[in-house]
Amino acid sequence: MAQMTMIQAITDAMRVELKRDPSVLVFGEDVGKNGGVFRATEGLQKEFGEERVFDTPLAESGIGGLAIGLGLQGFRPVAEIQFFGFVFEVFDSVAAQSSRMRYRSGGRYHSPIVFRSPFGGGVKTPELHADSLEGLMMQIPGLKVVIPSNPYDAKGLLISAIRDNDPVVFLEHMKLYRSFRGEVPEGEYTIPLGQANVVREGTDVTVIAYGAMVHTSLKAADELEKTKGIKAEVIDLRTISPLDIDTIITSVKKTNRAVVVQEAQKTAGAAAEIIAQINEKAILHLEAPVARVTSPDTVFPFAMIEDTWLPNPKRVQDGIEYVLNF
Amino acid sequence: MLNTSLFVQEEAIQTFHVLDQDGSLLAPELMPSLSDGQLKELMEKMVYTRIWDQRAISLNRQGRLGFYAPVAGQEASMIGSQSALNKEDFILPSYRDIPQMVWHGLPLYQAFLYSRGHQQGGRIPEDVHVLMPQIIIAAQIIQCSGVAMGMKLNKKKNIALTYIGDGGTSQGDFYEGINYAGAFKLPAVFVVQNNRYAISVPVAKQTAATTLAHKAVAAGIKGIQVDGMDVLAVYKAVQDARQRAIEGQGPTLIETLTYRYGPHTMAGDDPTRYRTSDETSDWEKKDPLVRFRNFLQSKKLWSQEEEEKLIERAKQEIAEAIKKADETEKMTIPSLIDSMFETLPKDLQEQKEFYLREGGK
Repeated sequence: MAQMTMIQAITDAMRVELKRDPSVLVFGEDVGKNGGVFRATEGLQKEFGEERVFDTPLAESGIGGLAIGLGLQGFRPVAEIQFFGFVFEVFDSVAAQSSRMRYRSGGRYHSPIVFRSPFGGGVKTPELHADSLEGLMMQIPGLKVVIPSNPYDAKGLLISAIRDNDPVVFLEHMKLYRSFRGEVPEGEYTIPLGQANVVREGTDVTVIAYGAMVHTSLKAADELEKTKGIKAEVIDLRTISPLDIDTIITSVKKTNRAVVVQEAQKTAGAAAEIIAQINEKAILHLEAPVARVTSPDTVFPFAMIEDTWLPNPKRVQDGIEYVLNF
Repeated sequence: MLNTSLFVQEEAIQTFHVLDQDGSLLAPELMPSLSDGQLKELMEKMVYTRIWDQRAISLNRQGRLGFYAPVAGQEASMIGSQSALNKEDFILPSYRDIPQMVWHGLPLYQAFLYSRGHQQGGRIPEDVHVLMPQIIIAAQIIQCSGVAMGMKLNKKKNIALTYIGDGGTSQGDFYEGINYAGAFKLPAVFVVQNNRYAISVPVAKQTAATTLAHKAVAAGIKGIQVDGMDVLAVYKAVQDARQRAIEGQGPTLIETLTYRYGPHTMAGDDPTRYRTSDETSDWEKKDPLVRFRNFLQSKKLWSQEEEEKLIERAKQEIAEAIKKADETEKMTIPSLIDSMFETLPKDLQEQKEFYLREGGK
């Protein structure tokens, strides 16, 4: 099996689907000849031609409209938003148009679109590149929101997203693009959207995370096991919408304690929703309030304090110890 | 001061007319190629649409219709443009462009259901190539480029045509859409129905551009201004743009100069707050139906008797469509939930079951 970085796995997923299905199109700013600013589409234009992998003018809203229109003509657009902080420029297409197409047409039309986009802190980008805006996306009816944490998942989830007949926002954490390699099977395989993965088993506390925070949580869990013998279970959500609440509840019923970790700011995001659903479905199983480890309710900061702003293993450990000692 | 010759020079354009204000042909070579039957059909559609508009306004006042944006005054712009299309051409309408949807194949009762806020109103039949009316101003412009690109990639000899108003040309998406169409040389036609007001704000406050057709220049596409009260001029301009589009010569922006006699919508707009009755009556003198009726009568293609028969038929069909809309099963919360995704996520399935237990209404 090949060892790949997450970005290579993402390229591979697009290659597999471009080869398998002639209706798949890949486009966005700099994705053609340049292969994308992160090289996510490296070599794809050369392999599949300029009609199927192409550069768009520098206008995100136009990219969204193009994707919706192409979807109406039977294509499967994989549209890249160069950085997710730019999503506000294409918000109407993502949040108001593609997500409502099936409903507005009573099922006659749909938007089989993937909006791929890099996001996430720790790489010192300029402003409005790294913001975690998945909470906004999660609130939109008709959208699916996928956030892989590793190369294997990234490929299987992206293939599922491309094959999905509804719009999917596929968020790729920049810090994970090249930070490690993992085994990735050749050819096609899928990971169902809406299915979480228990990446570390434990009995004392459930830690729920996605994207880069899965790794932060795993570090915290390993450290606490080593130093204090605490056995934390870590769940990688992989998809935050739809949310795999069953996997979370099964784990919480076993551990009776939970911590939700997200890179996004504290208020009204994925963590808040997960805690609400744990309360709805398992409150009598809880020995302590569910804690959340997040960044503060500020804008994503300038690069100088980025690293201290982001949740780190120490803060996750503190969250775990808080619910254990409550 | 820099020499004026250094600056981009703007060229003046002339408005395209086929008929004069009384309905006489300005020059034989301007005439679009249309059979007598096709000429009569243009008139039939316009008369029918005027009757439907009157009926819709009355139904709205009785509380029997819901959302409605009156169309009287804009019939030549609407019907002339739609009639120049092939059935396989794709229309992306705005909220006022319901007549074009119906003349392109949407059953009339569904137009009424759309007004009433019933999902069935947007369930376009499989063989009808229109999108649901766009509410977000200029979203249809960027989507039009996508549809046109899809047609080009599928090697179809068809075009995507979209409608927007004068105010809509101020939106960023308007420029993005026409710019994409130009950059990719797409088979798209953008019809700007300049009815002088964006709700209450006049064109003069929207832009310093000489005409809205001039906006084509920035995108490097063809732009033309047409007398939007002259159905033959609109027809010919769209026919010409369509031909160039399917020959691979790229998109066209067509500005139609028109006027809505009525309010912006039936939801409380009062046009006397922002325009004079003199202005309205000046436009009524250019009425598209009167002009085209004169033209057809001069060619002995139209009679009072024919028109009366048509009006009777229209009234009857409208009544039948309303009846059919009345008889359509109501939307329910479970059916609404079902339309969010191809396959319902578990959580939404549970929410649906809650409403089913409530009785499913």
